[in-house]
Amino acid sequence: MLAFTLRRAIQAIGVMIAVGVISFSMFRFAGDPVNQIVSLDTPPAEREAVRKSLGLDDPVPVQFARYFGNAVQFKFGVSYQFRQPVSSLLAERMPATLELAICATIFAMVFGILMGVYSALKRDTVLAKIFQAVSLIGISLPTFLIGILLIYLFSVTLGWLPSFGRGDVVRLGWWTTGLLTLSGLKALILPSITLGLFQLTLIMRLVRAEMLEVLRTDYIRFARARGLTTRAIHFGHALKNTLVPVITVAGLQFGSVIAFAIITETVFQWPGMGLLFVQAVQNVDIPIMAAYLLMVSLIFVTINLVVDILYTVVDPRLRSTIRRPA
Amino acid sequence: MSDAVVPHRAEPSAAVARAGTSWFRRALDSDIFYSFRRSKLTMVAAAVTLLFFLLAIFASVLSVQNPFDPAQLQLMNSRISPLWTADGQSPFLLGTDEQGRDVFSAILYGLRISLVVGVLGVVFAGALGITLGLIAGYVGGAVDGLIMRIADVQLTFPAILIALLVNGVAKSVFGNRLDAMSTLVVLVVAIGLSFWVQYARTVRGSVMVEKNKDYVAAAQLIGLPAPIIMLRHVLPNTMGPILVIATINLALAVITEATLSFLGAGMPDTMPSLGTLIRIGNNYLFAGEWWIVAFPGFALAGLILSINLLGDWLRDALNPKLR
Repeated sequence: MLAFTLRRAIQAIGVMIAVGVISFSMFRFAGDPVNQIVSLDTPPAEREAVRKSLGLDDPVPVQFARYFGNAVQFKFGVSYQFRQPVSSLLAERMPATLELAICATIFAMVFGILMGVYSALKRDTVLAKIFQAVSLIGISLPTFLIGILLIYLFSVTLGWLPSFGRGDVVRLGWWTTGLLTLSGLKALILPSITLGLFQLTLIMRLVRAEMLEVLRTDYIRFARARGLTTRAIHFGHALKNTLVPVITVAGLQFGSVIAFAIITETVFQWPGMGLLFVQAVQNVDIPIMAAYLLMVSLIFVTINLVVDILYTVVDPRLRSTIRRPA
Repeated sequence: MSDAVVPHRAEPSAAVARAGTSWFRRALDSDIFYSFRRSKLTMVAAAVTLLFFLLAIFASVLSVQNPFDPAQLQLMNSRISPLWTADGQSPFLLGTDEQGRDVFSAILYGLRISLVVGVLGVVFAGALGITLGLIAGYVGGAVDGLIMRIADVQLTFPAILIALLVNGVAKSVFGNRLDAMSTLVVLVVAIGLSFWVQYARTVRGSVMVEKNKDYVAAAQLIGLPAPIIMLRHVLPNTMGPILVIATINLALAVITEATLSFLGAGMPDTMPSLGTLIRIGNNYLFAGEWWIVAFPGFALAGLILSINLLGDWLRDALNPKLR
């Protein structure tokens, strides 16, 4: 167990170093950092001075060590577009993304489990068939189309919910939250549904399949033989056992929820890290791209590591994972 | 699969009566075609997919104007609603956008771009993945370890993130103002680099099984070089699963291209794909001009859904366990 944990931890560190190398090479070689700082008519001598002051004359391994040392302390350099430190830009926008991702995950889990249980227990009802059809469409429709559809329906036509932004936010120390104001909560609804819909269909299909499997097992038959109520069998015995893989998948998916927030944040102009990243790609703001890659990788690797270790703790039978395609 | 186990096969004498059409008859008699005929949904999906491809190929014939040619656009014709509404005008079946571009023509040309990027992206991803998978499976050892470790790491990250990064780096290396054709190439490379892993893993798995079989040993014994054995003898035996992955990947590639274009990191406004059209149209949603975004959206959704249905069917049809 300890050996397994150590091996996985070393692997995770290896991945982070690999991502660090990619991130550094983007930062250093894709686009000249000097050009971004000086103006067009700066004389060559001055350029050289800037080059020296940035340490770009040092050997590449030294530069990499410096970059990595800074990155560990969350220093990612200065954004080309905003002329501000990347770390403060990211910190400013992280609460928005995390709030959105957590709300989307909760939405997906609650409705995904409810719909999955229903379509497993009442397989032949019309509603269960509708759920199945919706899940097929949910997997086929691109996220941004779902967002546009929801905006057209609830913002343009009905006028119930805002179509962009976070609404009013409350500042709690360095964290800003939209959960404490009415307009903030209203602004959260449509983006959360858009972002969570794919996870919802995934969880619904998983719960349905797991429920159907568990209901066929011997211990459920034994529970029926003991004369337990249907309710106790379904929710006390069957559902409990389906929840382990569901929580695993939801945990693994949290990383990609944060990555997919890029699309949702663009549709709803949500002021989070994803929107910052898209603007960075559009404007070729390499420091932000490199830092975002490092941050998201850190989140991904940490989640994968924790889930992998929990796997063996909770249920050694679990080996399969479900991954998101696009 | 051997012909002898196919139960509903026609009499051999009939099948070889005319040698020229025998492959066609064999195709009609195959298990795959049988399961195709049995599923109405698949036939509809295939027809819709075929229709989309035909629309894309014959875009210049079917459209009323070339939406890429500014000389053919007239601002007088801007923001006309679809033909069946009160303000509709012939010949603009689905209305026009803010530049007087006919939405139907723009969809046809956009469909062409989307499919070109999607198909080329799948081909590039497939070529890359199959090559690396063949090498990893056949050579084994440290090479295998390296390739598969890279694949593992990449699989942790969503394809869209990788595609966006590739795109951003390409822009920064080649300058921010790429022309439309170069952007198309960048998109194909970005999609290829995001989707190769699945091919590599599948091919590697099949190769590990195949390479211990007698026919490979025989080929090695007569002294064939490794590349020839890999391409001519091992690869054809791994094609079934690759076909399934390629079909499902086509839908994913089209979604990825559309998403990149929607995010403003894909095809430019001067040469719009379906994703670009949706991004442009999205700006006019609040003005009540829903048709500019709705019809490209329908086209994209219909295309992806029908390709997905085809892929699902193909996976089941080629899976011997489900027969």
